[in-house]
Amino acid sequence: MTSLSTAAQSGGLPPADEAAPPGPEKVRRRRRPLSSRALPYLLLAPALLFELLVHVIPMLTGVAISFLKLNAFYLRHWLQAPFAGFDNYAFSVNFNSAIGAGLLRSVGVTILFSVVVVSLSWLLGIFGATLLQRSFRGRAILRTIFLVPYALPVFASVIVWKFMLSQDTGMVNHVLSSLHLSDGKTFWLLGNNAFVSTAIVAVWRLWPFALLTLMAGMQSIPTDIYEAASVDGAGMWQQFRRLTLPMLKPVDQVLILVLFLWTFNDFNVPYTLFADSPPASADLVTIHIRQSSFITWNFGLGSAMSVLMLLFLLVVTVGYLFVTSRRTHDA
Amino acid sequence: MRESLSFKIVRAVGLAALTIFTLVPLYVMISTSIKPLGDVQNDFKWIPTTITFRPFVDIWSTVPLARYFINSVLVASISSIASVTLAVFAAYAISRYSFRGRELFRMTVLSTQMFPGILFLLPLYLIYVNIGQVTGIKLVGNLSGLIITYLTFTLPFSIWMLVGYFNSIPRGLDEAALVDGASPVRALLSIIVPAAKPGIVAVLIYSFMTSWSESLFASVLVDDSSRTLAVGLAEYSNYVGVYWNQVMAASIVVSIPVVVGFLLMQRYLVQGLTAGAVK
Repeated sequence: MTSLSTAAQSGGLPPADEAAPPGPEKVRRRRRPLSSRALPYLLLAPALLFELLVHVIPMLTGVAISFLKLNAFYLRHWLQAPFAGFDNYAFSVNFNSAIGAGLLRSVGVTILFSVVVVSLSWLLGIFGATLLQRSFRGRAILRTIFLVPYALPVFASVIVWKFMLSQDTGMVNHVLSSLHLSDGKTFWLLGNNAFVSTAIVAVWRLWPFALLTLMAGMQSIPTDIYEAASVDGAGMWQQFRRLTLPMLKPVDQVLILVLFLWTFNDFNVPYTLFADSPPASADLVTIHIRQSSFITWNFGLGSAMSVLMLLFLLVVTVGYLFVTSRRTHDA
Repeated sequence: MRESLSFKIVRAVGLAALTIFTLVPLYVMISTSIKPLGDVQNDFKWIPTTITFRPFVDIWSTVPLARYFINSVLVASISSIASVTLAVFAAYAISRYSFRGRELFRMTVLSTQMFPGILFLLPLYLIYVNIGQVTGIKLVGNLSGLIITYLTFTLPFSIWMLVGYFNSIPRGLDEAALVDGASPVRALLSIIVPAAKPGIVAVLIYSFMTSWSESLFASVLVDDSSRTLAVGLAEYSNYVGVYWNQVMAASIVVSIPVVVGFLLMQRYLVQGLTAGAVK
C-alpha cells in the first residue's frame, strides 16, 4: 500500500523536479512517452464521465436545490425558483414545528432500527459462520440455503413476509394462536408491532450477507494457530474468544459499517411493506424524505433533509473509522 | 481436530433453527402459490388441501406482468452490461498503473457506497425533467432514465470488486503480453478479461440483481407503461392484496432468474467481496 502510493506520487511528478538524484525508478519513469502516461486516464475516462454525470452533478444540484424555495409552483421551471437561504435547513431542524419534529422522530426510529438490525444480523452471521467453519456432511447445502434470502429480489421476499404477517390469513398469527400464545388477532404491521416486524424482515434479508463475509474472513485465518491453541488446552469457546474474534476484527470493521449504511439508507424493505404510509414506529428516514418531497412537492425541503442525512452519515462514518482504527492500533 | 459433544449438539440445534428461520418464508411462498384462492382467503394452513397451478396462469392476465418483466429485463441487462464494461477499463487502470489521482479516485468510488439513494432522487428527477423540456428527450416515464440512474448503484461497486479480482491476477501475465508488443488495451482484452471471467460474470450478475430489485427510483421515474417488476408487484400486492396466491406465484416467477444466477456465482462473489473488504 505504502509503496504503491509513493510510486503514484513519483510517477506523477513533473520532469522538471530535479533536486533529488535520479534513482533507477525515476529514470525509467521519465523516459515513458506522454501517450503511455495518459493511458490510465484514458482508461478511466468513460467511468469518470459517468461518475460525474450520475453522482457528482446530481449531488451538487441537490445541494443547490436545498437552498431554493422549490415547490409545485416552480417545478416546471425550477431554475427560476427563489433563493431560500438556509430556510429549508431551519425548517428541517426546528424541532418545535411539525416538519422538524417529524424528521427528528424519523431519524431516531432509523437509528434504533439500524442498530437493532445490524446487531442481530452480525450475531446470526457470526453464529452461523462459526457453526459452518469446520466441514461436516451437508455443510455446502446449508450454506447455499442460507444465502437464498439474500439472493431473492427484495420485493419478492418482503411481499411473502407481508402475507405471513397479515392479520386474518397470516401464518404468524396462525402459529401464535395454535401455540396458545395469543388470540391470533394481532396487527403486526400497525403501531409499535410494525417496528418489530420490519426489523425481523430486514434481518432475514441481511444476515446472509454477514454470514458470507464472516465465513470468507474465517477462511483466511491459518488453521495451525487453532491447532497450537488446542495443544495448549484451549477449548472451543476460548479459541473463539481469543483467536477467531480478534482475527476477524478488520473484517468486522468494514462489515459493520457497510451493514449500517445499507440499513440506514434502505428504501426497498419499508416501501414494499408499507408503500407510502408506514406507521410512525416504522417511519424510516428514506420513506419520510420521499414523502416530504413527492407528496407535498416540496423539493427544497426534501433536498435539505437529504443533505442533512448525508452529513449525519459522514460524521458517523468518520467517527466510527476513527474510533475503530485507533483501537486496532492500540491493541 | 476433535470436536466436543457439546459443540456438536449446539451446532445441530443452531443450524436447525437458522434453517427453519430461512426456509419458512420460502415454504409459505411456494405452498401459497399453488393454493386455490378460497384456501388463501381463509385461515392459514401449512399443507394445501387442493393443489392448483392456476395462479401461475392467471398472473399474466390480472396485471400486465409480461410487460413489467420485459421492462425489468431491459433495464437490468442494459445497465449492468454498461456498468461492467465501464468498470473493466477503470479497474484495469487502477489495478495496473500508478498515476496521480489514483488514490483519490479509489476513495471516491468507495465513498459513493455511503450516499443515500434519496440524495440523488430529487436532483436526478429535476435534471431529467429539465433535459426533457430543453431537448425533448424523455427520461422520466421512460426506461432510459432508469438505466442511467442504476449506474449510480452498480458502477462504483463493480469497479471496487473488479480491482480486487484484477489485483489477484499475476502481473507477469499481462506484462509478458506488453513486452511481446501488444497494446495495453489488447493485453486487457485478451489476457486479463479471460482470466477474470468468473469475476466479471459475478459482478455482472450482482449488478443485474441490484437493478432488478430497485424500487425507489423506479417508483418515481416510470409511468404505467414503463413500470418495472419491483414497483408493479409492490402495487399488485397493495391493491389486489387478497389474491395472495397470485402474488406469491408472481414473486416466484420474478425470483427464479436472479436466484439461479446468484447461487451459481456465489463462490466468485465471496472472493471479490473479501478481496475488496479486507484490503
